Amino acid sequence: MQGESLIVRDLEIVATPDGGEERSIVSRIGFSLEPGEVLALIGESGSGKTTIALAMLGYARRGCRIAGGSVRLGETEVLSLSPVATRALRGHRVAYIAQSAAAAFNPSRSLMDQVIEAALLHKVMDRRTARDKAIGLFRDLALPDPEHIGERYPHQVSGGQLQRVMAAMALLTDPALVILDEPTTALDVTTQVEVLLAFKRVMRERGTTAIYVSHDLTVVAQMADQVLVLNGGCEQEQGRIEEILERPRHAYTRSLLAATRPPRLADSMPAAAGQPLLEVERLDVGYGKPNRDGEPSAMVLRGIDLTLHAGRSIGVIGESGSGKSTLARAVAGLIAPCHGSVQFDGTPLSPTLRGRTPDQFRRIQMAFQSADNALNPAHSVRRLLGRPLETYFHLDRAERRRRIDELMALVKLPTGLLDRKPGELSGGQKQRVNLARCLAAKPDLILCDEVTSALDTVVGAAILELLAELRQELGVAYLFISHDISTVRALCDDVMVLYHGECVEFGSCEAVLEAPRHDYTRKLIGSVPELRPGWLENRTLALAEAPA
Amino acid sequence: MRNTLFGLVAGRLGASLLTLFLVSLVIFAITSLLPGDTAQQILGQFATPEQVAALRAQLGLNQPAIVRYWHWLSGFVTGDLGQSASNGMAVAQLINDRLPNSLILAGITTLVSVPIAITMGVVAAMRRGGLIDRLLNLVTLSMVAVPEFLVATLAVLIFAVKLNWLPALSYVSTVDSLGDAMKIYAMPVLTLCCVLIAQMARMTRAALIDQLDSPYVEMAQLKGVPPIRRVMRHALPNAVGPIANAVALSLSYLLGGVIIVETIFNYPGIASLMVDAVSNRDLSLVQACAMLFCGTYLVLVMLADICAILSNPRLRNR
Repeated sequence: MQGESLIVRDLEIVATPDGGEERSIVSRIGFSLEPGEVLALIGESGSGKTTIALAMLGYARRGCRIAGGSVRLGETEVLSLSPVATRALRGHRVAYIAQSAAAAFNPSRSLMDQVIEAALLHKVMDRRTARDKAIGLFRDLALPDPEHIGERYPHQVSGGQLQRVMAAMALLTDPALVILDEPTTALDVTTQVEVLLAFKRVMRERGTTAIYVSHDLTVVAQMADQVLVLNGGCEQEQGRIEEILERPRHAYTRSLLAATRPPRLADSMPAAAGQPLLEVERLDVGYGKPNRDGEPSAMVLRGIDLTLHAGRSIGVIGESGSGKSTLARAVAGLIAPCHGSVQFDGTPLSPTLRGRTPDQFRRIQMAFQSADNALNPAHSVRRLLGRPLETYFHLDRAERRRRIDELMALVKLPTGLLDRKPGELSGGQKQRVNLARCLAAKPDLILCDEVTSALDTVVGAAILELLAELRQELGVAYLFISHDISTVRALCDDVMVLYHGECVEFGSCEAVLEAPRHDYTRKLIGSVPELRPGWLENRTLALAEAPA
Repeated sequence: MRNTLFGLVAGRLGASLLTLFLVSLVIFAITSLLPGDTAQQILGQFATPEQVAALRAQLGLNQPAIVRYWHWLSGFVTGDLGQSASNGMAVAQLINDRLPNSLILAGITTLVSVPIAITMGVVAAMRRGGLIDRLLNLVTLSMVAVPEFLVATLAVLIFAVKLNWLPALSYVSTVDSLGDAMKIYAMPVLTLCCVLIAQMARMTRAALIDQLDSPYVEMAQLKGVPPIRRVMRHALPNAVGPIANAVALSLSYLLGGVIIVETIFNYPGIASLMVDAVSNRDLSLVQACAMLFCGTYLVLVMLADICAILSNPRLRNR
């Protein structure tokens, strides 16, 4: 089946919160696609992009309802189909690729079972044909061992591979329209490039019409012909991808573009001499029971050296599983290293929390990725910030109040939020409270573990800016863990590249990122999409032409 | 798969034996603390102190507790459950007379209640928030809330006294035909089902809703999988673990916890045997019954865990 045209007019979707009034979450959305075209829906979380994408399948999530408008796929009016006809459409003419393949596969059934389920159900082909076709798609999508990967269960396959298996599942029935809902957001940059390439090639060969949902403009630039920019369920701007990137008309689009590549925020500090603040020597860390030689069964970090001076910041980059977070946890004392030493301000740090002094606790603070999990949902902001003040400084009521106001000013939050609970704050506000709580201890070192990763681009960029300012004002040092090179480039003086638990490159930010020496660093930097259409193809060409 | 399963069963058996041993200690300690004296109980209140002392010596009651425990435990391990102190019969024989009755009642109740409960749970989960769900919710809640003696008494009043359809007492010895058996078991099973179905249905509903809310079920919906197949093929296999555990916990009640039902319908089961033994200070019988209940419970929970492992590929092919 070839791609078909898709025309959407005046789409309205409403939500009814439990016991609440109906309110509009998507209003007056319209666009039209020629067969084979790809439209990107872009916007922050909560802007309604997934909701719109799901409406193409005639589907609204629990508590939501498609209230009006039309979705015309080829000759079919999707929104006026009967339930039975809608089911026949889904997984046959319209297919969906979910954000997290790990969650979207049934853990108790084999991959092949799930890949061919829709084709068998809709009686598109028999089991044998379906299997053969699926194996062919696995091969097209560059999956390892295409003949047998289908016999495995979801937990036996990596995230990047699962995402491609899901693409095979979607494309098996040769759908006229494919919905891709942030299909690469959960992947490492190096994996993302491979998956994007595989998607693009397979979709182009089949001339599939597609809707690509993303918050990442650089990815969209590689995949889309048209872009629809959303904010709060309303269209901000719509046009060809080149137009939007070169001549954004709307202020929101411009802020999105600016946030995609944050500028260098911190002045490079002069390389400080004297006593280093943090000195890590030959650190080995692992998990699991120690074997006969005293080595844990799973080593995560090997031979890590690191020197951090007061007021400076070191970025730690690497893919998931490379040991970035483990490094921070070892410095924080959450996991005891098996070899090596950690010195803080000239004195050795105890490997575990038990041996550390209250002053050491105070001076090393950790900011976690997910403020949702790190902040007690039952406490007000005032209480969350008051706790460390009480523990570390024994402040009385009046002083505490004064200091809390000061902290709120530091992280640029209005004091009106003090009596709210974390659940009543936005993602960016929560991350600011999370940082304020670290700052309450007047630390010398903050371990930042992916603090911007869970945030939207624009919000994340603002947090990054805040971190740079705080460093300037307070002289606090950062161990900044991230998988996103652009954030490290914006904030850090030095950078450490971790690969399979070893440090493959260490040096000043400019030196490493502009002239990487190690192959892995080059691959990492080369995998970060650039904000121009055609980068993906050119990169592949460049790689192909490069001498082996 | 075989290794995991074998390891689990072996580990569980070991832990079960340890649990049983600890339970035996506790039971022995508690029965020793019971007020009253077996010899006094047997001889009645007109016995002379000399007679009582003589019987105590004969029964071995004047030995220190640790020696008595050792005698009992070594006998228990070799299959000798001892003599009933009150009527001199072998404990094994007493249990042997009553256990089949209990197992039949438990078996019939299981066969009736488990399918009904799971169906109710599944239907409620599929129609979440709808009329059927709210109705089932109301019914199961009130079933949990009403004590079983009330259900039993009302059943007797209605079916035996008013309508005269069923006998008020369940004498097993009078069973001649299938019809008779059904009449006898109808009310006890009905009463027990009321309690069990409510518990199991509610747990099934909760476990299933957990799965129905997961992204993979939404994915199945977006592939055009019809609702029944979504529940049966996608959600239910992943809810087997919690459901099996809920069922095991409910069923473990069927052996030792049915005393009220056995008393009201005068059904000769093992729970009433134990209660009689307690009031007669018949310690070896109490101990044997308690160990039996504990053992059944451990076996049921282990079966539930095996079900959970077989249904979960993550655990199955580690």
